[in-house]
Amino acid sequence: MKLDSKIPSGPMAEKWSRHKQDSKLINPKNKRKYSIIVVGSGLAGAAAAASLSELGYKVKCFCFQDSPRRAHSIAAQGGINAAKNYQNDGDSVHRLFYDTVKGGDFRAREANVHRLAEVSVNIIDQCVAQGVPFAREYGGGLANRSFGGAQVSRTFYARGQTGQQLLLGAYSALSKEIARGGVEMHTRTEMLDLVVADGETKGIITRNLVTGKVEAHAADTVLLCTGGYGNVFFLSTNAMGCNVTATWRAHRRGATFANPCYTQIHPTCIPVSGDYQSKLTLMSESLRNDGRVWVPKKAEDCGKLASQIPEADRDYFLERKYPSFGNLAPRDISSRAAKECCDEGRGVGPGGRGVYLDFSEAINEFSEKVIKERYGNLFDMYERITGESAYKQPMRIYPAVHYTMGGLWVDYNLMSNLSGLHVLGEANFSDHGANRLGASALMQGLADGYFVIPTTVANYLVTQKPGAVTTEHPAFKQALEDANGRISQLLGVKGKRTVDSFHRELGLLVWDKCGMGRSRAGLEEALRRIPEIRAEFWENVVVPGSGSVANPELEKAGRVADFMEFAELLCRDALDREESCGGHFREEHQFPDGEAKRDDENFCYVSAYEYSGDLSKPILHKEPLTFEEVHLTVRSYK
Amino acid sequence: MALLNLHLKVWRQTGNQPGHFQDIEAPEIPDHASFLEMMDIVNERLIRAGQDPVAFDHDCREGICGMCSMTINGMAHGPERGTTTCQLHMRKFRTGDTIWVEPFRARAFPVVKDLMVDRSAFDRIMKAGGYVSVRTGSAPEANEIPIGKDVADAAMDAAACIGCGACVASCKNASAMLYVSAKVGQLNTLPQGHAEKDRRTLAMVRQMDAEGFGNCTNQYECEAACPKEISVRWIAKLNRDYAVASVKEVVGAGRQQSQSGD
Repeated sequence: MKLDSKIPSGPMAEKWSRHKQDSKLINPKNKRKYSIIVVGSGLAGAAAAASLSELGYKVKCFCFQDSPRRAHSIAAQGGINAAKNYQNDGDSVHRLFYDTVKGGDFRAREANVHRLAEVSVNIIDQCVAQGVPFAREYGGGLANRSFGGAQVSRTFYARGQTGQQLLLGAYSALSKEIARGGVEMHTRTEMLDLVVADGETKGIITRNLVTGKVEAHAADTVLLCTGGYGNVFFLSTNAMGCNVTATWRAHRRGATFANPCYTQIHPTCIPVSGDYQSKLTLMSESLRNDGRVWVPKKAEDCGKLASQIPEADRDYFLERKYPSFGNLAPRDISSRAAKECCDEGRGVGPGGRGVYLDFSEAINEFSEKVIKERYGNLFDMYERITGESAYKQPMRIYPAVHYTMGGLWVDYNLMSNLSGLHVLGEANFSDHGANRLGASALMQGLADGYFVIPTTVANYLVTQKPGAVTTEHPAFKQALEDANGRISQLLGVKGKRTVDSFHRELGLLVWDKCGMGRSRAGLEEALRRIPEIRAEFWENVVVPGSGSVANPELEKAGRVADFMEFAELLCRDALDREESCGGHFREEHQFPDGEAKRDDENFCYVSAYEYSGDLSKPILHKEPLTFEEVHLTVRSYK
Repeated sequence: MALLNLHLKVWRQTGNQPGHFQDIEAPEIPDHASFLEMMDIVNERLIRAGQDPVAFDHDCREGICGMCSMTINGMAHGPERGTTTCQLHMRKFRTGDTIWVEPFRARAFPVVKDLMVDRSAFDRIMKAGGYVSVRTGSAPEANEIPIGKDVADAAMDAAACIGCGACVASCKNASAMLYVSAKVGQLNTLPQGHAEKDRRTLAMVRQMDAEGFGNCTNQYECEAACPKEISVRWIAKLNRDYAVASVKEVVGAGRQQSQSGD
């Protein structure tokens, strides 16, 4: 298999314009003949479904939630980047491009990132026109704030709920198209499998989560906008329903999975408090604009109240280690620094797994009222969960799994190696390399959905005769049979352990061995244990009820079964990548000061895995990364 | 961390079959757990005992997706102000408490199973006019539309609605006026939404009526139950916008008739 990234020729800044010129067109009358399936209704999915419907394509959109407005994009708090340079602080498309490539530790594809930076400005225009209530200045212009990994202020925001507002904008566009009859929306419907007929992706198998009905849907192309796989760790900031099933099933049908080991651990989350815990809650990175991160200098001070530790005995470790970026050092770097302090026994709070995020200086400087206006909802959320007020004492935070940079491999058109399968947003691998900068996920989801796929999807569709494959094709019959078989199998085990208990066991193992620090010995152990847990799952899981009604346990069981398989690929990739880069930190590969040691000579490539039929033997394909614009350097934020 | 021993009375129902309360004992619940984590613990125990777990909606568990929907001790999302069910923590309860857990009840929200209800009526109201008709790619430069901070802040207050339906569940008339007024209000407040203001207002209110939601009788339970504390002043604005749009519709229709008829 040859992975052709289809990067257009020409200078970096002209590639996207040229590609738009060179892309195929389908006349309006013919567009109506083509049908497109969109799986997922988050920023990427809703934006794509609405925009493609506006162009005239017949769209079917699917989400497992009860309304498309609830997809997990909604939970993003801090903001969205765009190279508008409204602050006159020297920002530009090139600088956003450069920051993103560097932030990704030089493991992203340059051409994709440049395109992302280019369309970032159009996204803000689009969202404002839809009525997204971004924060504004008194003069009526849009306001900005700073985010990690950048020295300019280019982040647009809507209080602490930017994701919700952007998603509501996309959902309103989607609603408009549903009303017009251009989009057929299927809520409470989960994708169980992908259908590939004669080498072309032509549909999906779904289960209606209310009636239990398993159905086949055919179309001329399929777009997966199904988010990331962070819930493989069990505890993460992802929503409970986030899962890997759509992308994993596509992988099993032939799509290569790229860079699964690039996972993002977000530095500022509320620490774990007990084994009953179901999820972790993020405290937005924007808090680090005003909050200062510290731990006691001496381990014996950790038991004291923060207020009893004098200034001289506090270690503001991010400001100390990374003076030019300070508390706004990128996520991977801040997370590792926090972990190091806790490993040295200087962590605070129960179990010593926490560091302080302190607002007292900002409150003194600006007043409590100003801080409340900026972050009130986050402080309230913190108090509800912990019972503590961050106005009176510092927040306690600890890193947690937040985002996954890896995903299905795609070319410049966002098409997988599997012909006719397009992958957008967090579900693909393309733009963030080994680490994503804050406020860039919303940007990518909307860029893919509003501005990239409406142009590039035609390049595939022109090669297809509309409606050529229907659900009568034997591939659909086979996939339906497979999906029904899996459901019966899950219900038929009738063992003793709950789905959650298996998910928790798997998650703890993966967090322990393939979380913030990874080593050969740990990964090898994980690779021994995962197949054992998986085997026990299929012998001893209990899924109550039946498949023909609403059955949340059955839904969970199917998702966990796929995590059990995916986890092995995640650890295998982490073992194979003998370097440290971004969110992937191999303990064997570090500089004496603990910074990540990249190996450009041997690992400057995208790892794309093909499913071989044997989970323990994926086939590795390499897409070499070449850098024309940005010079490969040691990534420093000092 | 303290452990609580609780007695639950949980609504059990399958589709449109008659439902009933089931007594479920919930001993040794950590007070740091969230209400939904308490339900997780209860469900794990039910499954291990070979019983049917309680079905409920939930997703983000951080108070923003609007999926969770429980009426706890008669209050939508429970006793804490400005808090969704998923953000309610067990430290707000005492050991020995009896807790009644029901779905969001309204004729327009039919029960799917146990505590899960069908809120698709909200999506249909949005479909009727909850948008600005702007095509992707046709937007002007963002800063070409100056919007005062106070206007943007007001629109944001309305936009904070998470579409959970607590306003409907808390209302004795099962009115959706707070939801609809927040949705209409956000767009009617902003200059981008002005061109379609009247059309939007009429269409969304009419769809709300068609879905079987009740009328508003100014009890303001909705505001008290709203996890995002959306103000009832949006209802007042909706009533004004609706009155204006209705008059314009009648006058406009008359004018059209007088222009075309002879």
